[in-house]
Amino acid sequence: MTIANGKRTRQAAVRDGDGAVVITGICGRLGKGVARVLHRERKVIGVDRRPFLDKPKDIEHRQVDVRRKKLKDVFRAGKIDAVVHLGVMHDPRASAAEHHSWNVAAFVKLLEYVAQFQVPKLVVLSSANVYGPQPDNPQFLTEESPLLGGAAFSEIRDLIEVDMLAQSFFWKHPETETVILRPVHILGAVRNAASNYLRLDTVPTLLGFDPMVQVIHESDVVRAIQLALNGGVRGIFNVAGPDPLPLSRVIKIGGRPHLPVPYSIAKMFLHRMWSLRLSDFPVPELDHIRYVCMVDDARAREVLGFAPSMSVDETVRSVNADRW
Amino acid sequence: MSSVDDWMTSLLGEEFNDRLARVPVNVGEAGVDPFGLDPQWAKYALASTAFLHRYYFRTEVYGAENVPSGRVLLIANHSGQVPIDGALIGASMFMDVEPPRFIRAMIEKWTQTLPFVSLLFTRVGQVVGVPENAQRLLEREEALLVFPEGARGIAKTFDRRYQLAEFGLGFMRLAIQTNTPIVPIAVIGGEEQYVSVANLGGLAKMLNMPAFPVIPQLLLPGGQLPLPTKYRITFGEPMHFQGDPDDDDAVMEEKVWLVRQTVQSMVNRGVKARKHVFW
Repeated sequence: MTIANGKRTRQAAVRDGDGAVVITGICGRLGKGVARVLHRERKVIGVDRRPFLDKPKDIEHRQVDVRRKKLKDVFRAGKIDAVVHLGVMHDPRASAAEHHSWNVAAFVKLLEYVAQFQVPKLVVLSSANVYGPQPDNPQFLTEESPLLGGAAFSEIRDLIEVDMLAQSFFWKHPETETVILRPVHILGAVRNAASNYLRLDTVPTLLGFDPMVQVIHESDVVRAIQLALNGGVRGIFNVAGPDPLPLSRVIKIGGRPHLPVPYSIAKMFLHRMWSLRLSDFPVPELDHIRYVCMVDDARAREVLGFAPSMSVDETVRSVNADRW
Repeated sequence: MSSVDDWMTSLLGEEFNDRLARVPVNVGEAGVDPFGLDPQWAKYALASTAFLHRYYFRTEVYGAENVPSGRVLLIANHSGQVPIDGALIGASMFMDVEPPRFIRAMIEKWTQTLPFVSLLFTRVGQVVGVPENAQRLLEREEALLVFPEGARGIAKTFDRRYQLAEFGLGFMRLAIQTNTPIVPIAVIGGEEQYVSVANLGGLAKMLNMPAFPVIPQLLLPGGQLPLPTKYRITFGEPMHFQGDPDDDDAVMEEKVWLVRQTVQSMVNRGVKARKHVFW
């Protein structure tokens, strides 16, 4: 299935067929996934300050910090057909300054090089979390909805800033096809808040709340990124997996016991756990299990031609899969 | 579980189950629709409102054949201090209209911050009152109930009973935009269930409530229950509107006025025709 899609990818984005695809954050779970589906057909250059263990031979890996000048050498060295930016840091324990320099300052540099070297395609992985869970959210948020995720949760403001920077780049540089993907909660062997939450031994929920949620399998996100590399595709796309379902149903599929806790107690308890470093869930993330934050993915289905291949059961159970 | 179901059937008859089987619902693989409606929850909510509908308020329904089977905006007068009228319209859309329908209504967004309330409302098919949701529901061919009088209507004092308050314009823009027929509905009987003698606006504002009605019967033993008035619900003929949904308020007001007058005259006729408030 992935191969078939891969072939479709070829039609345009590989205009001359000889340029490379640069993937930032290639050593992350999604980066490796994208590299694996692309490397047989295209030249792939990875950029990550982490080492790429079990790297396929034909992938060129530059172990550099995206914030360093050395990044420019990657662009100088040869023709680049596309940049896939996955190198966003979501470590809830890192300081605001570090988040900013890593996520925002480095991305500004990257955008500069994309413009200077006239890279024809830029794919940025944002997140549906930029909209933020709110009690008055429409059931399905379109791509035009305001990015209010930072209102209650200041830690994700730099992710919103990345999204906004990519948007302004889209308008300022029409010669580059800029694609911004906003996937819903990504599940899999990845380490992110949603997967970690479902991996807890006992999954806490909020008493009297059971919002509808959307989840997506990591491999489906990889496929969306692949489709975004197609020539002619540009713009912002919400990306969702199978049909939305209540949070309680997701937890049931996961098969772990759950514990309903009143909101005020959960808030107090989590605050204490956070300050004692016993939990890595920041308190404002409680809103994700309280209010809806779902997206309308019609545009991705029509324009990108994206449809999730994983069922909801496969998607939820994938959080227990072994990491490779 | 099944004993509850048996009891329900004995009370409401086989017809209830038969209708439940025929109601069109758009549920995904998760067993709920994208807005969170769960037919299993809706069944019990409907059973209890159907009981009120049949036995407590002994509702008479007229013009049920006027409701089209596709997308429809139900526009009704609002009354009675608590929205029993909405529940009874929902019950009659299920019990008396062919094919049976689950209605969807728009709720205040602050209800989403309340535990259990938000959960219950969502599971029985209520959605947060933002225009995007209304539009999406109508595009899915749902039946959407709107009280354009809003809180002004439900909190009327007894001396202003059956006199419609101002209508909002939003429903008309929505109807034109989605090309949805409007079915005007007159509800008679709601105004007498709780007799409100005054509305303390200042106090309501202080308490952040939409209204603060003064209802003497609440002080009497058993007076907390609504009086068992007889409800009469009349569905009018569908009205169709065309034009530009983003037109000036003045243009919209004319169209809204037509709907309001239709509902008002249906209400007037209904009040005149009934012989007694309680039977």
